[in-house]
Amino acid sequence: MNKPPRVKQKGVLGRTIKLMFAYYPHMMVVALLCILFNAVVSSLPSIFMERVFTVVEIAAKGGGWAKYGSDITMYMLILIGLYVLSLISGAVNKQMLAIMTQGFLKKMRGHMFDGMQNLPIKYFDTNNNGDIMSYYTNDIDALRQMISESIPQLLTSGIMVLTLFIIMLWYSIWLTLIVLVGVVTIVLVTKKIGGGAAKYFISQQRAVGKLEGFVEEMMNGQKVVKVFCHEEQAKRDFDKVNDYLCGESTKAHRYANMLMPILGNIGHVLYVLVAIIGGVFMINKVGNVSLGIAFGVNAAAVNVPLVVAFLQTTRQFTNNVNQVSNQVNSVVMGVAGAKRLFDLIDQKPEVDDGYVTLVNAREENGEIVECEEHTGMWAWKHPHQADGTVTYTKLEGDIVMQEVDFEYEEGKPVLHDVSVFAKPGQKVAFVGATGAGKTTITNLINRFYDIADGKIRYDGININKIKKADLRRSLGIVLQDTNLFTGTVMDNIRYGKLDATDEECIAAAKLAGADDFITRLPDGYNTMLTGNGANLSQGQRQLVSIARAAVADPPVMILDEATSSIDTRTEAIVSRGMDALMQGRTVFVIAHRLSTVKNSDVIIVLDHGRIIERGSHEKLIEERGQYYQLYTGAFEME
Amino acid sequence: MIKKLANSVREYKAAAILSPIFVSLEVVCECFIPFVIALLLKAIKGEAGVIAGMPGVLTYGGILIGISIVSLACGALSGAFSAKASSGYAKNLRMDLYYKIQDFSFENIDKFSTPSLVTRMTTDVNNVQFAFMMIIRVAVRAPLMMIFSLVMAFYMGGYLGWVFVGVIPPLSLVLLLIMKKAMPVFRRVFKKYDALNESIQENVRGMRVVKSFVREEYEKQKFDRAATDVQIDFTKAERILAWSNPVMQFFFYAVLSTVLFLGSYLILTLGGATYSVETVSQLIVYGMQILMSLMMLSMVLVMIVMSIESAKRICEVLDEESTLKSPENAIFEVADGSVDFDGVSFKYSVTAERNALEGIDLHIKSGETIGIIGGTGSSKTSLVNLISRLYDATEGAVKVGGRDVKEYDLTALRNQVAVVLQKNELFSGTIKENLRWGNPDATDEQLVEACKIAAADDFVSSFPDGYDTYIEQGGTNVSGGQKQRLCIARALLKNPKILILDDSTSAVDTRTDKMIRDGLKKYAPDTTKIIIAQRTSSVEDADRIIVMDGGRINAVGTHSELLGKNDIYTEVYTTQNRGGKSDNE
Repeated sequence: MNKPPRVKQKGVLGRTIKLMFAYYPHMMVVALLCILFNAVVSSLPSIFMERVFTVVEIAAKGGGWAKYGSDITMYMLILIGLYVLSLISGAVNKQMLAIMTQGFLKKMRGHMFDGMQNLPIKYFDTNNNGDIMSYYTNDIDALRQMISESIPQLLTSGIMVLTLFIIMLWYSIWLTLIVLVGVVTIVLVTKKIGGGAAKYFISQQRAVGKLEGFVEEMMNGQKVVKVFCHEEQAKRDFDKVNDYLCGESTKAHRYANMLMPILGNIGHVLYVLVAIIGGVFMINKVGNVSLGIAFGVNAAAVNVPLVVAFLQTTRQFTNNVNQVSNQVNSVVMGVAGAKRLFDLIDQKPEVDDGYVTLVNAREENGEIVECEEHTGMWAWKHPHQADGTVTYTKLEGDIVMQEVDFEYEEGKPVLHDVSVFAKPGQKVAFVGATGAGKTTITNLINRFYDIADGKIRYDGININKIKKADLRRSLGIVLQDTNLFTGTVMDNIRYGKLDATDEECIAAAKLAGADDFITRLPDGYNTMLTGNGANLSQGQRQLVSIARAAVADPPVMILDEATSSIDTRTEAIVSRGMDALMQGRTVFVIAHRLSTVKNSDVIIVLDHGRIIERGSHEKLIEERGQYYQLYTGAFEME
Repeated sequence: MIKKLANSVREYKAAAILSPIFVSLEVVCECFIPFVIALLLKAIKGEAGVIAGMPGVLTYGGILIGISIVSLACGALSGAFSAKASSGYAKNLRMDLYYKIQDFSFENIDKFSTPSLVTRMTTDVNNVQFAFMMIIRVAVRAPLMMIFSLVMAFYMGGYLGWVFVGVIPPLSLVLLLIMKKAMPVFRRVFKKYDALNESIQENVRGMRVVKSFVREEYEKQKFDRAATDVQIDFTKAERILAWSNPVMQFFFYAVLSTVLFLGSYLILTLGGATYSVETVSQLIVYGMQILMSLMMLSMVLVMIVMSIESAKRICEVLDEESTLKSPENAIFEVADGSVDFDGVSFKYSVTAERNALEGIDLHIKSGETIGIIGGTGSSKTSLVNLISRLYDATEGAVKVGGRDVKEYDLTALRNQVAVVLQKNELFSGTIKENLRWGNPDATDEQLVEACKIAAADDFVSSFPDGYDTYIEQGGTNVSGGQKQRLCIARALLKNPKILILDDSTSAVDTRTDKMIRDGLKKYAPDTTKIIIAQRTSSVEDADRIIVMDGGRINAVGTHSELLGKNDIYTEVYTTQNRGGKSDNE
């Protein structure tokens, strides 16, 4: 381990604790006081127990119960009092920890999720879904373990170790030194074995991930395995992954299981060592050095009561040192988890410098005026910083791309010098091979990505000046891979416009041609969809997503037609839905159907990020170029 | 269920038995330690009845170190054995599940979803593994510890031991009560927690939709509601559970105070004959051990109960019997590529109301090319699935090469009947590795040849790594049409007597589609080819075309025989050939 990350991790622990204080300022103070109090109180009973025993031993030599009974009872009462206090503080502390842990986790989840919503699409394109999910499962879990168990335990044991250490020094510095040698051994053993456990648990986690991926892939393709009689090979491949996991898991658990017996018994050996050395001291009448002597309480020589008392403390001391060493590893893992969570929270959100907004408007004497109520007419509100005036431009859906260049990764340009002009109500089709840049163009119009060079204007306004939320609100989108959310069919359609009435949603479904199948579902529009609409067919999912876009009713639509094979009848219904949606809008369509392409006002043929042909269907057919080849089926449309 | 699960221990039986044995030895040692410590303390004080002074200290110290070393060795060994046994057991369990699934028929596979099988093999096995480790270690350790400690307590403390016996029932009762109250809450909240994580996954996957509809705020609110709900329930459950510690402490303190007070009283009133200070202080240690074991036991109980759900889900898979098996005295040779359906009806499950196939009589000669056309739900796929015995016919017989498919060895039959499935998959690995699924011994030349017939060689060769190009999981780095062509090449490498293409060229352009069909005709003339297609152009040149409708054969004939005469065929044909005109309707 090199140094810099460690410093960073220290910051993580501090930040976690600071956050907890910020969320629960009072509860944290009370809980910490309880921990402190409980720890101190828990170390005290042994002293009073010793007192009781000492009194009993004195009494046994003479006086008996009659003389010393009241003393014993008094100590017992103090002891019981301490226990009651410890019980109360312990119970309060546990309850508060339960509340705070869950509250803190919820707040963390909220921060992570909120932060995630504001991240640019680039983040999701470049990060694996599984990795993002593991923040919400594995890392959150490590954090829970750390704040609800490890840190409180560490604090309690840590404080007790300190208290007991002082008590030991009070008895005898010589004997304490011997105990310290034992502590060093414990720390070394923990580092070796605990470190080994941590290392193999991490590689076990990796092996689990590998197995999970393998199983998922094979289960998905299980039918292929069957038709190719590939079962034996599949078993052999599985055995390799499975054996590896077993090996790592065995090592991890072996280390973890061995730690406690070893630490516990080191404690016993230490106990014996102290007893023997104490004995040697007594026999040789070695002078004692202790804090107690400094305060004039203890005897100047090592004697029997001192050794006995010291032995009891030694036992408690080593037990707590063991506890501390046991928790250290889980704190290390928790800090690593917390660090990843903070990394997610600290991701730079999507920047939005736009100031042009979309407002409801109406026309008065030929002038566009902003208004509160929904008129069905929208306008771009454009404040000019230079002279403080505001101009309104009617939302029409006129989109112009001029000489646009773009690259996802530096040095790997994807689009060169692309210009596209779409007048309101026009249909522009993009055609070309996979990787030609069709989807990229649509990613730029709604500013999922920002262009490197050139300009994109919406109703004459540079889209960089438009607030992203308003820009996207003015653009509808139907993606090739439909994503539906858990909820009813109605909820899913309403996603396009949250305040839409049931009637509006149904009207949109009718427009999309989805009403027919929805009403035949067991619960009609109230049918629950789960797992991305797993209970619907591919075509049906697409129809719902078209209805969702239709209810939003934006002036500009971006459509990515589905390529996957659906049967001719469903395809005809989906096409009709798509065509209905396109009516009266500016449409950008990534076309896979000949009918769509043919009816477009402009067809743009892309090849490796450049426009190689452009024009109407008739014009392009006449030119006998790439488009002609595509259209006649000489090339794949995809 | 237990017997079924215990079957998977197998070669780890020794470790699984040795672990509790060493745990028991460790417990015995641990129980002697406080006893010896009492002797040691007495020796230091020079009391009667023990070896006094330094020799005593050395003797008892020596014994103590000896016991500690034995205890350490036993503890470490039991830890190592239990690690080996539990990890190995989990491995066997996963293996049994996976092997079982390999034996599944299509019918079995349809019953379980992929994610559910993955969870069973990972999370559920983990839970059972954990419970198993608990059983062979803690579930042995805790009761033994309790019993030994009680025995020692009675031996050292006489009837003071009854204090411990007395405290066991109330403490167990309270602990059980807490667990009983907390468990249903935990169960409920775990379900909600899963749902929460699923909705996060949905959000991540659908981020483009979220952003393009500007629904970030809406999603945040939705998430906040769900997260708050989870928080409330989790807090409730954890707060109930948080009582177990104070309760445990309460009983411990009660026992400690009683023993201390009673002990002191007895020492003094009985004049130190029966009791000494050391006895009492070590009795307290035993008391602690007894209560700790109770606590552990109650926790183990919860773990085991919690894992029962997982165990059940695992057993569901293990108990699933494959519905298709090779017969005894199976035939291994398929004579030719002829296929006969004699009065075949088929339904997917006994409970299904309608037959998926009804009254099918069809005779296909070896080497013939057959096209199959029909709408969704017309059971085209069901029909061809019976040929390679992916399902069994409910009534009637399906014959390949003149013999009932049920008479063949399954592997032998499927090696001669190659199917390119509608939902096809490539696996992560190089193109070569994927192709060799068809024939593990195929030479590179044979791979190229198959790819040429499937019109895949051109694009494969254009990749920088050619045939060594790595295919990502799910085949995401090749286009749909390329994937289909690779899948056809893979099936061709089997050199089958019957080749079934189930809608396998839907993403391929018409020209390439034709090239593939021409290639098949030229290079595999003797292979019976059965082609299911959406496009009529894919079946136009077939020897015969079968039109399926609602599970029955609607018509059989050549393209020219059907066009104009069969309604369904004609409708499909005209829809597909009028191009863009449909938009103006």
